[in-house]
Amino acid sequence: MAADDEAQGLFVVDGRLRRRRIVNRVMEALATLAALVAVALLVIVVVSVVKNGWDALSVSFFTETPTFSALGESGGGIANSIVGSLILVTLATLFALPVGVLTAIYVSELAPRSVANVIRLALDVTNGLPTIVVGIFVFSAIVISRGQSALAGSFALAIIALPLIARSTQEVLRLVPPSLREAGLALGAPRWRTILGVVLPTSMGGILTGTTLAIARIAGETAPLLFTTSLAAMTVMWDPRDPVQSMPLTIFQYIEQPDPSYHAKAWATGAVLLAFVLVLSLCSKFFLARSRRRLSG
Amino acid sequence: MPTDTMTTVMPIEIAQRSERTRLPTKLEPVFEISALSVSYGSTPAIREVTFDIGRNMVTAIIGPSGCGKSTFIRVLNRMNDLVPSARVSGKVLYHGEDLYRPRVDPVQVRRRIGMVFQKPNPFPKSIFDNVAWGLRVLGMKDDLKGRVERALEQAALWDDVKDRLKKSALGLSGGQQQRLCIARALAVEPDVLLMDEPASALDPIATSRIEDLMHELKQNYTIVVVTHNMQQAARVADMTAFFGIEVLPDKSRTGVLVEYDETQKIFTQPSDERTEGYVTGRFG
Repeated sequence: MAADDEAQGLFVVDGRLRRRRIVNRVMEALATLAALVAVALLVIVVVSVVKNGWDALSVSFFTETPTFSALGESGGGIANSIVGSLILVTLATLFALPVGVLTAIYVSELAPRSVANVIRLALDVTNGLPTIVVGIFVFSAIVISRGQSALAGSFALAIIALPLIARSTQEVLRLVPPSLREAGLALGAPRWRTILGVVLPTSMGGILTGTTLAIARIAGETAPLLFTTSLAAMTVMWDPRDPVQSMPLTIFQYIEQPDPSYHAKAWATGAVLLAFVLVLSLCSKFFLARSRRRLSG
Repeated sequence: MPTDTMTTVMPIEIAQRSERTRLPTKLEPVFEISALSVSYGSTPAIREVTFDIGRNMVTAIIGPSGCGKSTFIRVLNRMNDLVPSARVSGKVLYHGEDLYRPRVDPVQVRRRIGMVFQKPNPFPKSIFDNVAWGLRVLGMKDDLKGRVERALEQAALWDDVKDRLKKSALGLSGGQQQRLCIARALAVEPDVLLMDEPASALDPIATSRIEDLMHELKQNYTIVVVTHNMQQAARVADMTAFFGIEVLPDKSRTGVLVEYDETQKIFTQPSDERTEGYVTGRFG
């Protein structure tokens, strides 16, 4: 064998090596194809949403509230849904951000390891809760006694955002070098001052990244809103004690209608929601880059 | 054979101040350390260390890797409290007061006993805010600008940075960053400055500036410096403590104080042959 190999040359392509090279090429091609499919899916979804909704998009679509008539809906817009979604997302973020960040601080800076692991597990389980179940929970906890409201809806969204914010904040807190904490403590600063004055500002970019991604996620949630803030007036509602209309629910309700004019409006609403989420994702990239710069100098 | 003497088990000495561990009589001690032992979990780090550290002088801690130098210096301002498994026994008197007595607040200890670390660790803030942060936290807010300027001057950094105080500290060179960390520690007016290999990450020029700085600072501060670099100890220190590693029969390794004396004596006529072996470069 050894003599044969030498006769043919060590590096000459023979049968077995040729087979290996073919397998290698096939695997590379499959992986590349899978990656292309992933990108293509995004492009197809975005293109089809924009294409189908394009005709319904206009300035009045953003500024007017829905008009209904027996002959389908021709004019009108989704101003009430946009405002409602902004109210829901803002309130949910106000609820979830402080609790999420404080939870993360407790877990990664203060808690003993065993307790931290339990909380981490709890957050992961919360993250996996079906959103419809969260909706039912808020329905039974708040809506049955107090009725639907933007507050109830945003509370349901906050439950979904909390583990996302807490987990992503934990990850960034872990990236803050221990030497910075030591520096603060060695100056005779109490622990909480070191956390607030050094650790948090250093990781602010990463916290914002996680928060914007959580906002993008809850902005598109439908199920938690079904029982909590779906019976809204078709006018712009500013009071969070009233139920508000929201973009995901508008899509849901319009696409169920038989009349094609509603379908176009559902697509257009989808395009607006999609644009909102894409902008948030880009913002999160920006915050992340900023925070990397800050940590690495 | 020096390597043999390293592995010899010394009988546990009763912690008392012998000639070896006492300061020259005219000097006033800041720290009086008696029978100090530290372990991490069940792993001992240093055992039965006893000696005094004098005021307004530079005391160097030298010794091979793993001899517990860093552990020792972190005991002096209770930074070891941050390691949950660390256990400290023995006494560390600071101006006569035991730092490990119950009810002593480690935060107050660190406020008086500052520390500079091996790797420069400026905050990702502006140069000014790096120095001002500790002042703000400790409520020393009167004449903030003046205090920051004086601290930077003391650390021989003022001329380098006076025109860019608002710029990020992370843009400074390694040597400048380390002097900024010294300025930050000095700004809060500590009594003692602990330095854990402060120049080991720096080039020779930056190192020599830090050493010059130690010479100047000892007029007003007590300095304890851990160093790997024996020439550095010989250049900057008044007193030098040599820590060695003791290997017990069960193969566990513990840091012990081998010899403590005036620096000149440690480097020219050490009384312990392990010290001689180390300072002449035969091992370690």
